[in-house]
Amino acid sequence: MVLTGIRGSALKPLALWWLVFLLPLLPLAWLFDQAWSMNLGADPAQAIVKFTGLWTLRLLWITLAITPLRRIFHWGWLQRYRRMLGLYTLFYAVVHLLAFATFILGWRPDLLLRELSERPYIVVGSLALLLLIPLGVTSTRGMQRRLGARWVKLHRLVYVIALLAMVHFIWQIRSSFEDQLLYGVILAALLGYRLWVRRRSFKRQSR
Amino acid sequence: MLIKRTSPLKSSEITPESVYVNRRRFLQGLAGTAALALTEGAAAIPAYDLGKDQPQYPGPDWLQGALRASTRNEAFSSDEKPAPYGNIITHNNFYEFGLGKQDPSRKAQNFKTDPWQVEIAGEVDKPGVYNLEDLLKPHALEERIYRLRCVEAWSMVIPWMGFPLGDLLKRFGPTSRAKYVEFTTLQDPEQMPGQRSFFSTLDWPYVEGLRMDEAMHPLTLIAVGLYGNALPPQNGAPFRLVVPWKYGFKSIKSIVKIRLVEEMPGTTWNRAASGEYGFYANVNPAVDHPRWSQATERRLPSSLFSPNIIDTLPFNGYAEDVASLYSGMDLQQWF
Repeated sequence: MVLTGIRGSALKPLALWWLVFLLPLLPLAWLFDQAWSMNLGADPAQAIVKFTGLWTLRLLWITLAITPLRRIFHWGWLQRYRRMLGLYTLFYAVVHLLAFATFILGWRPDLLLRELSERPYIVVGSLALLLLIPLGVTSTRGMQRRLGARWVKLHRLVYVIALLAMVHFIWQIRSSFEDQLLYGVILAALLGYRLWVRRRSFKRQSR
Repeated sequence: MLIKRTSPLKSSEITPESVYVNRRRFLQGLAGTAALALTEGAAAIPAYDLGKDQPQYPGPDWLQGALRASTRNEAFSSDEKPAPYGNIITHNNFYEFGLGKQDPSRKAQNFKTDPWQVEIAGEVDKPGVYNLEDLLKPHALEERIYRLRCVEAWSMVIPWMGFPLGDLLKRFGPTSRAKYVEFTTLQDPEQMPGQRSFFSTLDWPYVEGLRMDEAMHPLTLIAVGLYGNALPPQNGAPFRLVVPWKYGFKSIKSIVKIRLVEEMPGTTWNRAASGEYGFYANVNPAVDHPRWSQATERRLPSSLFSPNIIDTLPFNGYAEDVASLYSGMDLQQWF
C-alpha cells in the first residue's frame, strides 16, 4: 500500500532516494561520534576496523537482497537503489582497508608488506576489495550501455566477492561462530535463491 | 599454617587486621626474608589517581589491610608507564562474560567474588578446600608492573598486586610426582553468560596449566589487586594468575582449583585449536600465529593517528629471566 503510494507520487521517490542515500552514512556518523567522544575503548583502532568491516558485509548483503525482494514481492522500484548500495559497499570496504592500514599498521611499509602477503584472511579480504573496484568503475549507465551483455557477466563477480568476504569473516573466528553463522545463512539464502531461479528457468527452456 | 574451612568464624573477626599485618611484618623482619618496606628494591606504592569517574573496587574488608601494606617490588617491575586504569578495566578478554572487549566490564559487575574458595588438589601433601582469606593470609602482597602481551597482538603495562605462585605452592607440599600445575576457572553459567552460549567452541570450565618449574619461577604471580585496589571482576577477581612472558590466555582468571599433576594438563585454548594455541604459549615474535604475525604488537592505549606499534620481544622482554627454562627445546614445535 505504501509502495503504490510511492509509485503514485512524484515527490516521494525523491524523498526515498535521499533516505537511501543518507541511511548508509549513519553508521559512519555514529562511529565518528564515538571516536570523537573517546568511547571506543583502549583499542579504538580495532573497534573502527571491525565496525567498518561489518558494515561492508551488511551493505553487500543488502545489495544482494535487492533482486530477490524485487522479484518475490514485485517491488520494481527497489531496482534503482541497487547501484547506490553497491557503491556504498565499495565505499565502506575502502574505509575498512584505510582504517586498517592507518590505525593498525600505521602505514609502516614493512608491516603492510607482511600483512598483505602473509596473513591469509587479509589476502582474501584484499582480493574481495580489489574485485569490487571494476564493478564500481563500470557502475555508470554509460558503461552499462557500452558493455551490454558483458556488463552483466562482469557484475556476476559480486557473487565471488561475497564468498571471499564471507571467507575473510569466517577466517577470523576465535571461539564463537554466532555472527559468522548468521551472515552465512543469509548469504546462503541470497545465493540459493539465484541458483533456484536459474534451475527453474533452465528446466522451462529444456521442456 | 593453613586453616581449613571448619569454623563459620572468619579469622579476621578474631584478630583485627592491623594487628595481624603488623605481626606478620615483625615476624618477616625477624626472619629476614620477604621483601617488605625495609628491604632494598621495595618502594611505597604511589597514591594512584584512578580518575574521578572510574569505578573503584575496594575489595572485601579482610583484603584491604594487605593491599594497603603492600610495596612495589622494583626489581620485578618494568619502568614503562602503566596503561590508564580506565583502559585496564574495560579492555578484557574474559569469554565467560562475552567476546567483546567491553563485555566483561559490562556483564561481570555483579559477579560474586567474596566469599571465595579455592581447592588445592592432586600431588600435594595437604590437599583441601580453602577460604581465599586463609589462603592469602601468610603472603605479603607486592606490586609488580608487568607487561601483558595478548595473543591477538595487543599489549598493556599493568600494575598488579600479588605474590609469587611458588610461595603458595610450597606451603602445600608438592610431592615428587608433581610435574605440572593445572588451574581451573569457576564454572557458573548462572553468573557467566558466555558459558551459556550455544555458539562457543570453548569447553567450560576454562583450564590452564604450567610446567612445575614455570609455576615456581619468581616472576609467576598470583594477583589479587590492581592499581592499589582489589582486582575488578572483569580482570579475574578475586584470585588470578599472571605469567608475564606468556601470551595473556595463560594467565587464567578467577581460579577455583589448583591441581598438581604428573601429566601435562589439557588446556582450554589448546583443545579448541591445537594448531594455533600451544601449551607453552611463550611470547615469540619468530613464531607467527597461523592466521597472523606476532612480530609486532599494539601497545595500548593506542591513539588513533599515532598507532603505538612496537616490535614484540622474545618472552615478552623477560628472556633474561626465563629463556633458560626452555634451553634445548625447539620453540617452533613447543609453541
